[in-house]
Amino acid sequence: MVPFNILVAVCLAYVCLLFVVAFAAERRAEQGLARWLRSPVIYTLSLSIYCTAWTFYGAVGYAARSGLEFVTIYLGPTIVMAGWWVILRKLVRIGQAQRVTSIADLISSRYGKSNLLGVIVTLICVVAATPYIALQLQSVTLSVGVFASETPEGWALPDQGATALWVAGGLSIFTILFGTRNLDANERHHGIVMAIALEAVVKLVALLAVGIFVVWGIAGGIGDVIDRVNASPIADWPLKPARWMGLTFVAAAALLALPRMFQVMVVENSDERHLATASWAFPLYLMLMSLFVLPIAVVGLGTMPEGANPDLFVLTLPLANGQGKLAMLAFLGGFSSATSMVIVCSIALATMVSNHVVTPLWLSMRQGGVRAPGDVRGLVLMSRRVSIAAILALGYTYYHLSGGSAALAAIGLISFAGVSQILPAMLGGIFWRGATRVGAALGLSVGFGIWLYSLYLPSFGPDGLLSARILAEGPAGIGWLKPQALFGIEGLDPLLHAVFWSLSLNTAVFVGASLLTFPNPVERMQGLAFVNAFDQDPGVRGWSRGGVEAEDLLTMSQGILGADEAQEFFQAEAARQGKGGFLPETTPEFIERLERRLAGSVGTATAHAMISQFAEGAAVSAQDLMAVASEAQQILEYSTQLEAKSEELARTARALQEANDKLKDLSVQKDTFLSQISHELRTPMTSIRAFSEILMDPELPGAMQQKYAEVIHEETIRLTRLLDDLLDLSVLENRKVQLTIKAANLHDLLDKAVQAASNTRPERSFVYNRDTAAEHMPVITDTDRLLQVFINLVSNARKYCDAERPELTILTRKRGGRIIVDFIDNGTGIPRESQRLIFEKFARLTDTQRAGGAGLGLAICREIMVNLGGNILYLPGQGGAAFRVSLPVKPESQQSAEAA
Amino acid sequence: MPASKPPKFLARNSYRRRRMIDAARVLPLVASFLFFIPVLWRPSETPEPDTARGWIYIFAAWVVLIVAALVLSRLLERAGRGADEVADDAEGAP
Repeated sequence: MVPFNILVAVCLAYVCLLFVVAFAAERRAEQGLARWLRSPVIYTLSLSIYCTAWTFYGAVGYAARSGLEFVTIYLGPTIVMAGWWVILRKLVRIGQAQRVTSIADLISSRYGKSNLLGVIVTLICVVAATPYIALQLQSVTLSVGVFASETPEGWALPDQGATALWVAGGLSIFTILFGTRNLDANERHHGIVMAIALEAVVKLVALLAVGIFVVWGIAGGIGDVIDRVNASPIADWPLKPARWMGLTFVAAAALLALPRMFQVMVVENSDERHLATASWAFPLYLMLMSLFVLPIAVVGLGTMPEGANPDLFVLTLPLANGQGKLAMLAFLGGFSSATSMVIVCSIALATMVSNHVVTPLWLSMRQGGVRAPGDVRGLVLMSRRVSIAAILALGYTYYHLSGGSAALAAIGLISFAGVSQILPAMLGGIFWRGATRVGAALGLSVGFGIWLYSLYLPSFGPDGLLSARILAEGPAGIGWLKPQALFGIEGLDPLLHAVFWSLSLNTAVFVGASLLTFPNPVERMQGLAFVNAFDQDPGVRGWSRGGVEAEDLLTMSQGILGADEAQEFFQAEAARQGKGGFLPETTPEFIERLERRLAGSVGTATAHAMISQFAEGAAVSAQDLMAVASEAQQILEYSTQLEAKSEELARTARALQEANDKLKDLSVQKDTFLSQISHELRTPMTSIRAFSEILMDPELPGAMQQKYAEVIHEETIRLTRLLDDLLDLSVLENRKVQLTIKAANLHDLLDKAVQAASNTRPERSFVYNRDTAAEHMPVITDTDRLLQVFINLVSNARKYCDAERPELTILTRKRGGRIIVDFIDNGTGIPRESQRLIFEKFARLTDTQRAGGAGLGLAICREIMVNLGGNILYLPGQGGAAFRVSLPVKPESQQSAEAA
Repeated sequence: MPASKPPKFLARNSYRRRRMIDAARVLPLVASFLFFIPVLWRPSETPEPDTARGWIYIFAAWVVLIVAALVLSRLLERAGRGADEVADDAEGAP
């Protein structure tokens, strides 16, 4: 016998192990050592969350009550997996192409990015999953109870509610820790997947061990078990053909439509080919999980005392035969099945709730709408965390209120029937272009309504949520509306009755309404993209050009993706178009890709709504519509090739145009340069000449002489500085500069720069925002030159920042062997058209007198940075003038020497 | 050394691959057929209890299906590597 406190200790140790495994997997994934984390085996094991505590404990109870019928729950998924080529492969392909975040997102995206559908599906999933989560909590509580009830020694038995509360709390912490690390749902939750894979192994091993012990330890081998099966009451189990087929169908539908299964199967899938392995490995897993269910049930019925709960035979059989350790293993198996289901389920539901309910609500409520800048990312992450906790709280409340119902299996099947309402809209969406949003919305609502009315509400028992009178006579005495005998068909099994009516009416309404209604353009395009997911053609585009400012888009994306990631994405997109800097052309292609990227974080509907705020009135062009309407895709394909070529040409032309513009600007600048330089040289020269003429007057008083000589001296210094600068620039431009490489602390350099710049406009009070801790990093470079760049940037900010309370934010970080320093002030920034000119010689945006320099500063900075192996760029969309300096941690020549 | 005969079919690989895909499409139907056979049983009415036989049948069918899926997925993968997306255009259309 296992004392209760040892049970608790083992359980805690197991939980710690899960934390360590999840943490280690996250670490390895961060270091890029996670190839095996993405193997087909891990993928298959993660699918095993299909087998919850309901399977682990409930299947045996189910077999004891209804014989072989339990097996239908696993045959359905086996059929779906065997047909992976037809449905699953397409789902996964669509999921990756459209960056789908959840099943609600899939439906909403297919039907014209409609958020209404997202909300309906989310509602169905939450309502159906809550009792299922309660069921998991109940199973853990019951199994703890089995150990506690028979052990008077050890710690006092906590009351059952407390166990469930502890489990729910622990699970929400684990899920929040590892499930909300990143926003993009398409990025894999490595820690969670790894922990789930481990739990999958534990539950399989545990159930097999108990099965082997029962067959060869208690019974006398397979022959004996067969005799016992035939002699037991199970031998006369009532096989109802309709129920057999209906349950197989519902289980198959649930595999496709359960939010948690969709999460591991489609959202977390990293490679389509893993499906090929899972197509046989997952049925194998299911087969092994159910292999010993019947023997355990039969032996349990035969040897356990009358009235023992068959749902707990997996635990009580080993305990009754003095196998404490085996029972402990079985307990861990059951614990694993319950926890892994709850973790994934709450992540999937939280993603749906935050993307389809919280974020759209918040965006519509806040002032300024989508365009207002703000930290959407923080909001979404926070709402996801809160949702996880709320969903677990909901499950716990349900468990608490229902007080734990008798048979585990009933709740599971009700939940399956609920989510299978999504199936018609889902399959119709990926195979039938004619399916429309109205059809899907009506079908889903009808199916959900009937399911609620005929199965979910009656499941609380007579006088639960529906009064006994309604159950027996129908609402207001209308006989053909009796919840469990709709349309006067009596005597059907309640589950079958509900599944039959809800799914058939759901499908009929969905198809009928789709035939009668007309889809809007976005729906038709999404329909085409979904149904023809395997075409090479990228498909028609949803956006035509509509005067969107790339800078506005960048500002918005930074709020969602985070500054670094958004800048990286924009930079890569600009490079793809053959442009430098952070602002790509807002081509339809680019906007489409940006929308997909955002959809991975906040869901399709929200991403679409946000983008359409900027690209108003430019959503779909007539051309795009023609493409949708046309069935002759072959012709289109040819034109796509032509289009690709002309796009290429257009890109080259754009690059040429830009180069040409720059040349023109430069030639204008050359002229200004000459007049500038003569002007710059002339002004001091004129005053030198004038004052030296005065000095020639011998009668000048000494004091005046002194003063004029000083003026002359100052003017010559100014001249020298100008000439120095020019010389410096020409040396730098010709790459003939001699660098003196030294090591320094970046923090010290920045300190010096701030110090040195403080005599520029010293009368202004200036606030510096710096993260001193992050600044401490070594940099090996020509530190004097780097300091020169820093001083220039800081004094520029002091000079030109026109805010009432000027602030300068200096951000430093290290990324990929490069140091990045951002200087961001809070002024009005630099207008778009001037951004590419500021690094040119004599480029001054304000008038000369105020600037007080020759306009060579930034040109010198750029040349210095190029000489140091780095660069300096203007960073748009930061709410002020922002410059990014980046340079290698150590000089490249040194790096390559080390490598060799 | 005898000269090798010219192949009877062109694009043998992509033909093979297409038939493999057909097989992959048929497999769920085979699975349904195997798993719906128990619908014909009447375990409570048979004079001799035969539930154990039913149990053995289901698991045997299961194993057959798993092996078939395993073989098919291997073949598909190999054919896919050989014929490189040839069939994709053919089966992308609904």
